[in-house]
Amino acid sequence: MKKLFAMLLSAAMVVSLCACGGADTATEATSETAAVEETAEATEEATAEATEPAETAEAVDAAGAADIKVGVIYIGDENEGYTEAHMKGIDAMQAALGLSEDQVIEKTGIPEDESCYDAAVDLAEQGCSIIFSNSFGHESYIMQAATEYPEVQFCHATGYQAAGSGLANMHNYFTAVYESRYVSGVVAGLKLNEMIEAGTITADQAKLGYVGAFPYAEVVSGYTSFFLGVRSVCPTATMEVQYTNSWADMSGEAEVAASLIADDCVLISQHADTTGAPSTCQTSGVPCVGYNVSMISVAPDTALTSASINWGPYYTYAVESVINGTAIDTDWCKGYAEGADCITELNEKAIAAGTAEKVAEVEAAIKDGSLKVFDTTTFTVNGSSIEDLIAEGGDYAKYADYVSDGYFHESELASAPAFDLRIDGITELTN
Amino acid sequence: MLSREMTKQKKEPLFQMVKRDYIAPSKALLIRFAAVALALVVCALVIIAITKQNPVEVYGGIISGAIGTKRRAWVTVRETVLLLLIAVGLTPAFKMKFWNIGAEGQILIGGTCSAAIMIYLGDKLPNALLLVMIFIVSILAGMVWSLLPAVFKAKYNTNETLFTLMLNYVAMQIVTFCIVFWENPSGSNTVGVINSKSKGGWFPSIGGSQYVLNVIIVLVVTILISVYMNYSKQGYELAVVGESQNTARYAGINVKKVIIRTVLLSGGICGLAGAVVVSGGSHTISTSTAGGRGFTAIIVAWMAKFNPIAMVVISLLLVFMQQGAIQIASQFSLNENASDIITGILLFFLIGCEFFIHYQIKLHKKSKEVQS
Repeated sequence: MKKLFAMLLSAAMVVSLCACGGADTATEATSETAAVEETAEATEEATAEATEPAETAEAVDAAGAADIKVGVIYIGDENEGYTEAHMKGIDAMQAALGLSEDQVIEKTGIPEDESCYDAAVDLAEQGCSIIFSNSFGHESYIMQAATEYPEVQFCHATGYQAAGSGLANMHNYFTAVYESRYVSGVVAGLKLNEMIEAGTITADQAKLGYVGAFPYAEVVSGYTSFFLGVRSVCPTATMEVQYTNSWADMSGEAEVAASLIADDCVLISQHADTTGAPSTCQTSGVPCVGYNVSMISVAPDTALTSASINWGPYYTYAVESVINGTAIDTDWCKGYAEGADCITELNEKAIAAGTAEKVAEVEAAIKDGSLKVFDTTTFTVNGSSIEDLIAEGGDYAKYADYVSDGYFHESELASAPAFDLRIDGITELTN
Repeated sequence: MLSREMTKQKKEPLFQMVKRDYIAPSKALLIRFAAVALALVVCALVIIAITKQNPVEVYGGIISGAIGTKRRAWVTVRETVLLLLIAVGLTPAFKMKFWNIGAEGQILIGGTCSAAIMIYLGDKLPNALLLVMIFIVSILAGMVWSLLPAVFKAKYNTNETLFTLMLNYVAMQIVTFCIVFWENPSGSNTVGVINSKSKGGWFPSIGGSQYVLNVIIVLVVTILISVYMNYSKQGYELAVVGESQNTARYAGINVKKVIIRTVLLSGGICGLAGAVVVSGGSHTISTSTAGGRGFTAIIVAWMAKFNPIAMVVISLLLVFMQQGAIQIASQFSLNENASDIITGILLFFLIGCEFFIHYQIKLHKKSKEVQS
């Protein structure tokens, strides 16, 4: 027994001496090893489902698309909804075109700085003939790489500089996500109506809260279309928007959602990438509409649906173009009609009665073109219609190219969203 | 002290640690090599546990990621010399036992000034003039950033560790503030590639390679500092101040002056490192421009015991593994943390092996009496 104790004691001493030997850096080393354990677990989980594109294997496949290699640069990884949606799109493309695993090289967690350029040129050197990148801030680094590799096609999601760059191999793509936001807004509006009928709120208290990422057109266009969808069924609705200034900030989004709820918002939606807001809604019992992926797993009682994008059609189209040697559109933007936009599964536990029927009706109208999301008769800016404001000139004259035939032609001149008018009924909270 | 405690016990422990009086340099080197080898084995085991791949393939991936193509090799060189430059910059301050952990902030400020010159003067001046200006201004910026803690240390003996650390965050906020004005495209919260068309303020390619100037600058600075430290009067003075301020004072050294001068030198080189990052590599500025290199460089300088050759070797080893990890991350679908794991394991062993260099483990034989 004593011997055992002595052994333990000496072992403890060795350990503590080891720690002393490390002097200044010992703490760092231990914290790093703690991180090792943590990440080892996380990555193990990830690899279980993830694929293994091996760069070294240069196997020649029997299929027609045998020698094409596709590179993808993601801002996040499969733990973040926006990137997850892109990954699903890439998988769909791979399945549709019959590409093998080692023909697709994916780089995850690439920040919006020079690492993006390094990643892009590295993919080009690995022999990729088409390279995708999925974040707004990647654009200038992708353009720099596109200048250096004119024979490689570069496609950048959500950006807008391809047309003006003068580079034949630079492309932008996005989908008419405002259509899916509008439909998700209809779902939310019906929920508000149900709450008004049940007497939980009065018609004047139908105030929505919106967790936005950054105050620029992509987000403004998104929340406006959502709001117009809500108001198409619940005319008394108003909305408050608050920004997190980050695309993916779990705790920030949760905080903003909580402050909106404290400010008497009775339904929450989001244009930010994490599950922060829905988890707050679940604990506070407030209905919510998510983005990218279904939020039912985090908010089983309160998530109604999520506005979502199906990237598969574009990835298939773009890679197929390279295989066939045809040109890729400089600006690509398709919507509901082409299957590029959708809402995720409706949560039967949370939605109002008759939602599915109404959604089907609205979707059909969007697909056949009879319903325009940015119908100019449905909104005003400072009390006047946008047509009147354009006629008056001044700051609003620049929208003249977009507005005709009674609606704002969103994403038609360029793939990236352009609608950045602040319409009546929506208040932006600045912090 | 510990060994005395142990000998008091009747039952003796299985082994004892004895501080070494002397270790042959060859033996010390051998221990370090053994540590690196062990680290690589453990890294391999961890990676195999995660990826379930053949370790040879995994190490093949690391080597391919670090030097597999010409471009990858150059990126490895770029990152290595950058880390070396910062470590060299820290050397004078650390030798004087001034714990400058503010390299991160000094790099950011140097980088911000370089970016400012590129943005505002990029198309107004010829490139050579622009580069000279970038160097001078970024060095001055780094000096200004280190002046404050230096003066306070010299005059009031404030704690420079906290002071320099806090200034890192101030620098980060200044960068965030500048991004508001420089962001491109607006709303993206990033500055993007500065002067991507005109390449104003970019390091020119020399002999077809983009990063040759980086290497030249770092080599020149390394040699100059190494001469300064070992053969100049000032270098000697700062070493004396580091050993004992009283001795220095007794020898007639103006301690305050030496402290301020040395820290300014250190900060200036870190500021220059900021210019090398921005003009010579990233061509942009963000809060991640320094990217933790200011801290990693402390480990490099300290482990190398300020020997420039050893600093090159350690920088190369760390960068090699980091670059390799980027490749295996994409090859085996891991995320960016793979690189942190590998660096962590490597550092753990390298730092841990210092124990075996300073101490000896003696196994006891049962029959032997305890002598006290």
